[in-house]
Amino acid sequence: MTENTTNDPIIICEDVHKWFDDFHVLKGITTTFKKGEKAVICGPSGSGKSTFIRTINRLEEHQRGTIIVDGIELSNDLRNINLIRQEVGMVFQQFNLFPHLTNIKNITLGPIQVRKMSKSAAEEAALALLDRMGIEDQAYKYPAEISGGQQQRVAIARALAMEPKIMLFDEPTSALDPEMISEVLDVMRELAHSGMTMLVVTHEMGFAREVADRVMFFDEGVVVEEAAPADFFDNPQHERTKLFISQTLQH
Amino acid sequence: MHHASNTMAQNSTNIPFYRDIRFLKVFFQILFLIGLILLAGFLYSNMLHGLRRQNLPLDLSFLSSEAGFGISEGIDYDPADSYLKAFWVGVVNTVKISIIGIIFATVFGFIFGIARLSSNWLIRNIAAVYVEIFRNIPLLLQIFFWAALTRALPMVTNSITISDSIVLNVRGIYLPTLERTPEFNTWLSYLFAGIILAIIVVFVLAAFRHFGRLSEVHHTDRPSFISDIIFGTKWAAAPTFLIVAIAGLFLTSEPPFVVNRPELQGFNYVGGMNFTPEFSALLIGLTVYTSAFIAEVVRSGIQAVVKGQREAARAVGLKESQVLRLIVIPQSIPIIVPPLTSQYLNLAKNSSLGTAIGYPELLHIGHTMMNQTGQSIPIFGMIMASYLIMSLTTSAFMNWYNYRITRIGRSS
Amino acid sequence: MENIAITQEVKPPNTSKGPVKWLQDNLFNTWYNTILTCLALVFLFFVFKGGLTWIFTQAEWEVIPANLQILMIGPYPIEQAWRIWIVLCTLFVLLGLSAGVWKGLVLRISAAIAIFGLILLLIPLDVVKNSEAEYAVLEFNFNIIYLIFLKRTWLLGGLVLFIVTFFLGRDKNVLKRWVIGGWVLSLPYTMMVLHGFGENSVSTTHWGGLFLTLVLAAAGITMCFPLGVLLALGRRSQLPAIKWVSTIYIETIRGVPLITLLIMGSVLFPIFMPGDLQLDKVLRAELALILFSAAYMAENVRGGLQAVPQGQVEAAQAVGLTYPKTMLFIVLPQALRAVIPAIVGQFISLFKDTSLVTIIGLLDLLGIARSVLANPTWQGRYIEVYLFVAAIYFVFCYAMSYVSQKIEADLGVGKH
Repeated sequence: MTENTTNDPIIICEDVHKWFDDFHVLKGITTTFKKGEKAVICGPSGSGKSTFIRTINRLEEHQRGTIIVDGIELSNDLRNINLIRQEVGMVFQQFNLFPHLTNIKNITLGPIQVRKMSKSAAEEAALALLDRMGIEDQAYKYPAEISGGQQQRVAIARALAMEPKIMLFDEPTSALDPEMISEVLDVMRELAHSGMTMLVVTHEMGFAREVADRVMFFDEGVVVEEAAPADFFDNPQHERTKLFISQTLQH
Repeated sequence: MHHASNTMAQNSTNIPFYRDIRFLKVFFQILFLIGLILLAGFLYSNMLHGLRRQNLPLDLSFLSSEAGFGISEGIDYDPADSYLKAFWVGVVNTVKISIIGIIFATVFGFIFGIARLSSNWLIRNIAAVYVEIFRNIPLLLQIFFWAALTRALPMVTNSITISDSIVLNVRGIYLPTLERTPEFNTWLSYLFAGIILAIIVVFVLAAFRHFGRLSEVHHTDRPSFISDIIFGTKWAAAPTFLIVAIAGLFLTSEPPFVVNRPELQGFNYVGGMNFTPEFSALLIGLTVYTSAFIAEVVRSGIQAVVKGQREAARAVGLKESQVLRLIVIPQSIPIIVPPLTSQYLNLAKNSSLGTAIGYPELLHIGHTMMNQTGQSIPIFGMIMASYLIMSLTTSAFMNWYNYRITRIGRSS
Repeated sequence: MENIAITQEVKPPNTSKGPVKWLQDNLFNTWYNTILTCLALVFLFFVFKGGLTWIFTQAEWEVIPANLQILMIGPYPIEQAWRIWIVLCTLFVLLGLSAGVWKGLVLRISAAIAIFGLILLLIPLDVVKNSEAEYAVLEFNFNIIYLIFLKRTWLLGGLVLFIVTFFLGRDKNVLKRWVIGGWVLSLPYTMMVLHGFGENSVSTTHWGGLFLTLVLAAAGITMCFPLGVLLALGRRSQLPAIKWVSTIYIETIRGVPLITLLIMGSVLFPIFMPGDLQLDKVLRAELALILFSAAYMAENVRGGLQAVPQGQVEAAQAVGLTYPKTMLFIVLPQALRAVIPAIVGQFISLFKDTSLVTIIGLLDLLGIARSVLANPTWQGRYIEVYLFVAAIYFVFCYAMSYVSQKIEADLGVGKH
């Protein structure tokens, strides 16, 4: 759908399994994401969609199968984990901004501590990012002093400051008041057009239809169906997908 | 695709060990444990050397030999008894002062804690001053102070007596006690009769109430018999029992109790209850110090019951006293109990300061035993184990209690 | 808002004003409060009457000025007292710089300390004035007057240094790093200056009085804090060996009284050390204090760690921070902030607990007070001496808890 998708694979998952104690959360996920691809992942709660994208930067450890991100396999290799976390940015449902730091320090912490950027360069970059997010005037406030929508945009800026190749979004709008959802989606839309590889777990079907190259439907730990948004929404193949779409669109 | 993933995976299947998380985790732990074991081994070999130097083999047989020192107070003990017995006297003395101290500290702590929330400015601030003064001065200093005071009390012949029943002198504090007379058992049977009568009255009353209301109340919301019994108990049980119990007092040929007052006989006071000066000083010190902390626990526990709860209760139309009794106190108890228990534990541990003023508690007797036998290591082991058993059983109870409370909190 | 501002004439009905109204509301609002107030007044009357009568007519206060020096520094040789003054002046320099560089709360706390010093400068507590010694002073006991004069000069010097360095450090952010370094080094520096080298050195057997109490407390506080943080992190570690060792350590230490550890330090420690190594008595007591307080500190810090949501750690990991950096920059700042009152409470406990070294024969403030009372000259003056010592402990403990409330209120701003 977007023109800047290439054919080079950037994330390769093969037969990824994950258990929480005895509960089988991911039952063999095999898929590939291309550089510049925007994938929207949806599914009922508890379907494993969040767990899946959290395995990609090792917030969750997968127990079987392989995940290769940008040519680096996620394994027990300490260096690889650190490398991949620098390449993969993540945005959380609850923002998870650091409440004891100002917004700009939230953003510059990673570049200074991990990328070893100078303080001034990092701050300059952070201000540019905040400008891009449309909240440059909030730089020196604390997260608790700005609205939810603004906080989530600071969180996106924090992830982008590491100049990642891939961005993961874990239900970025679910904790927001309705009137703030669009300001976050606008930023994400802009990011998509810039050619970033994005994996987005969301219930925003409008966003999926408009931006995604592919929609994946998770249920009970497996990918039930994946297709381009037009096919997915207008011509779902599986009963479970049909049910899910009708339920989501109803409200 | 398959091909690509295979080639990419190749460079990472054999991770160098120094980067492998699984290896590093095990490695650090082993390193840590080796360090600990080396330290322990070092100390152990030093200990063996040290003991050889002092010519004192580690040996527990001394416990059964004759202690040979006297203990100023406590359960029945004779210097001819064994060291083990002497140690046991210390344990019992520690437990004794802890329990009595806990009772007093709780009473005073609750009084001052509630006083700090009083609407009366004067009461509130007197309580605040009490709390701030006594918790900001070291306990040991307070104990020394009380010990000096008790030591400065007059000689036996010049004892201070308060209304003929409380006596203060250099030998300690004497309090009156209640003692049973032969008629006590007769009175006990009146008490039993009272209980039985109270039960009968409750049932009769409940039955009247229950069947009397059956005719008027609508079939569906008929009150259960149990609730009528509870109603009856509330109004009839205590008065009935009290009337019988008091009547019993007059019906027995002589009173079931007599007050046993301390009286001067020769050069000493006899009768009543005697607290030695050391015990009194330690008890006052522990009580005052701990009660200041308990007061804070109580105050913050009550204040922690959110304002919204009180407002909701008032909105329902409860009176101020009912708000306190039905809403605030039941909710603050679970908040108060955990820190309260840790104050109790502190009091028990602080009772070891009695050793500084010569109260023969666990540590004091242990110390004497060490000086006499030189077996400091096993005796220290016994002292630590005794305190640990007290602490760990209390914490185990606490954990169980917390678990129960949090479960109730969740289900409701 | 503006509407209200325009109608300025409308004021709340004048109900809550006036002392009579206040008395009615706070002392006599119900019948039982009236009774309580009367009882409390009677109680206070007797307490004040008895207390004041005793303080002004019966108490014999000369025991305090006569023993002031020994209560303050114990058997520390007076001709070496300059070491203590040097340390005090250094601390005033550091305080002044910190006050200038950080301003705000730091300034207020430092200023309070300086004002306290100023009060000490003005109180003539050390002028000996009992019936026998009165003339000794007036008859130009040059030595005593000289010493008193010297003391004032040092204290005044410290205060002047404080003010000078405050203005020097003002708004100089570059100094921040140096000042922090100075504070870090201040503990070893203090110990070195106080102890000294060579034939003029003062061994710790001569340390005593309030001075020893403060050294024990300061060293204890600075050392038990990092150890406590490490233990807390250890107890929450995912590595079972570290977790279990930390847990067992914390629970064991918390299960026994401090005095057993102190006695263990003085009785058992020599057995466990290699034959020729004999650690100093003060150092052993200090170690026992640190090891004991660290366990309690760990539990306080752990409470704070539990209050930091897991999402914070995840966010830090997602940005690529390593475990130590996650802890240092993200988790600990939030965790410690949440438990400042508990941590300061632990510091206060430690300060009070230093008095327990009296039992193992050290001459800290309480120990020295006991030795003064053991002197036949001052026999029976225990109320005066204990009250004076208690007042010193109280001032320090109360000041600490007051400061912690201020810090708490200050950090509350801008955080949530």
